[in-house]
Amino acid sequence: MSTTERLGDLLRELAPQVLGVLLRRYGGFEECEDAVQEALLAAVTQWPADGVPDRPRSWLVTVASRRLIDQVRSEQARRRREVTAAVRDVPVPGDEKPGDQDDTLALLFLCCHPALTPASQVALTLRAVGGLTTAEVARAFLVPEATMAPRISRAKQRIKTAGASFEMPPAQERAERLDAVLQVLYLIFNEGYTASSGPDLHRGELTTEAIRLTRMVHRSLPDDGEVAGLLALMLLTDARRAARTSPDGALVPMSEQDRSRWDAAMIEEGAALVTDAMSSSPLGPYQLQAAIAALHVQASRAEDTDWEQIRILYGILGRIAPNPMVTLNHAIALAMTRGPRTGLELLESLDGDPRVARHHRLYAVRAHLQELAGEHAAARENYRLAARLTTSLPEQRYLWGRAGRLDARTGEEHTSHE
Amino acid sequence: MKFLLNLYVNSATLPGEGLDHEEFLTAAGQTGELVSGHAFADPSISAAVRVRDGGMTVTEGPFLETADHVAGQYLVDCASRERAVELAALIPSGQVGGVEVRPLMDSAGMEM
Repeated sequence: MSTTERLGDLLRELAPQVLGVLLRRYGGFEECEDAVQEALLAAVTQWPADGVPDRPRSWLVTVASRRLIDQVRSEQARRRREVTAAVRDVPVPGDEKPGDQDDTLALLFLCCHPALTPASQVALTLRAVGGLTTAEVARAFLVPEATMAPRISRAKQRIKTAGASFEMPPAQERAERLDAVLQVLYLIFNEGYTASSGPDLHRGELTTEAIRLTRMVHRSLPDDGEVAGLLALMLLTDARRAARTSPDGALVPMSEQDRSRWDAAMIEEGAALVTDAMSSSPLGPYQLQAAIAALHVQASRAEDTDWEQIRILYGILGRIAPNPMVTLNHAIALAMTRGPRTGLELLESLDGDPRVARHHRLYAVRAHLQELAGEHAAARENYRLAARLTTSLPEQRYLWGRAGRLDARTGEEHTSHE
Repeated sequence: MKFLLNLYVNSATLPGEGLDHEEFLTAAGQTGELVSGHAFADPSISAAVRVRDGGMTVTEGPFLETADHVAGQYLVDCASRERAVELAALIPSGQVGGVEVRPLMDSAGMEM
């Protein structure tokens, strides 16, 4: 790891802690967050030349506090005197105290506040908790900085308007608010994971960032089964990253991936996490998805996959968190255990469901099961339809490829009939 | 997801006539959904280029002789197709004949 990368890691680790200290001292999320960003920028320019200070966190707190005061002064804000008074009591540098992890969690709750849109929650989380600059967040989402900046400033405005404060939500709200946090972390992960096949490396780094943030939440709430489940799901999914694309960038389906390229350490950690969570906490959707992911990656060959167990888990998942994507996966598991026709029958339950009526995955799965059932002409048509419906270039390429393979085969069928 | 909003106007409309999209620009700008936008010059000064068998021909545009042509476009980055349609609806149809909401391809994808 280069010095620059180590510096970046250190700063991102410290960012939410410094913001937590400022928020507790001065309040005012928008102003504090801006001040922390400026302190981080100051560190990036000064530390490589002057060396990392002995107490980097205190350094950042001091610089951010000064920026905050400057900002308040220059604005002649009403709160000027209060803030200046508060700063007189700035504790001596180095007052490291426990509670950093709770600060991080409270910050996540604030950034994933229900008054914000998911896009704003994601952007603000990456900036305020992840310590990324607006430019970095913009680059990760392939939009100009001028597009990303309003998402962040509007999010901060909304937090202010909603009167949300930097403290843990009341106990009765906490489960719901934690769900929102986990959803945002999963969104960030998926954005990175799906992009890691393409040329968008910056976008791919979102995966690492999502795992890092989820680890922080897991450290704060080690007994929460769903937090552990989400972390496990991310690790077990990301473990396949190196094998999921061929050297020319084409997507490789899981059954054809070179399993020796899967990350064994991540698989081991993820599997241990989910096993532990499921034995000690109430069952939840992330744990179930992680358990299914574990079954997939623990088979040494695709044909050794424990589809019966996977089918049972999708059945439970469909009951506690029903959605069309779960039904699609359940249909595949049914096809693998009870035959493709049984899977296709389950798919019929999605006919007319507006949530998937135009979704390429429905047609891709139907095509796959029809192919397994030997209905090659119908399968080819559905692969083609799916290829038209997807907006993903690598998925489209994969689907055209599957249709093309069947072209060749249905051609042979015709010949054999003649 | 990214969408291109193609603004169609009738060829009889004078170029640049009433391009007041304040409501759309404010809405999409404030939410951080607007990525970029272009107003097109009149199609009568465009060129159509065709390369065939190593030979190139250049003719006066537009490429398609139709009653409606694209007079401008906006690129938005938003959560869903429904949201893109909602944004397109903020562009008054008195000024444009209609708006085509066109999803863009993405280089990201999930293995199946």
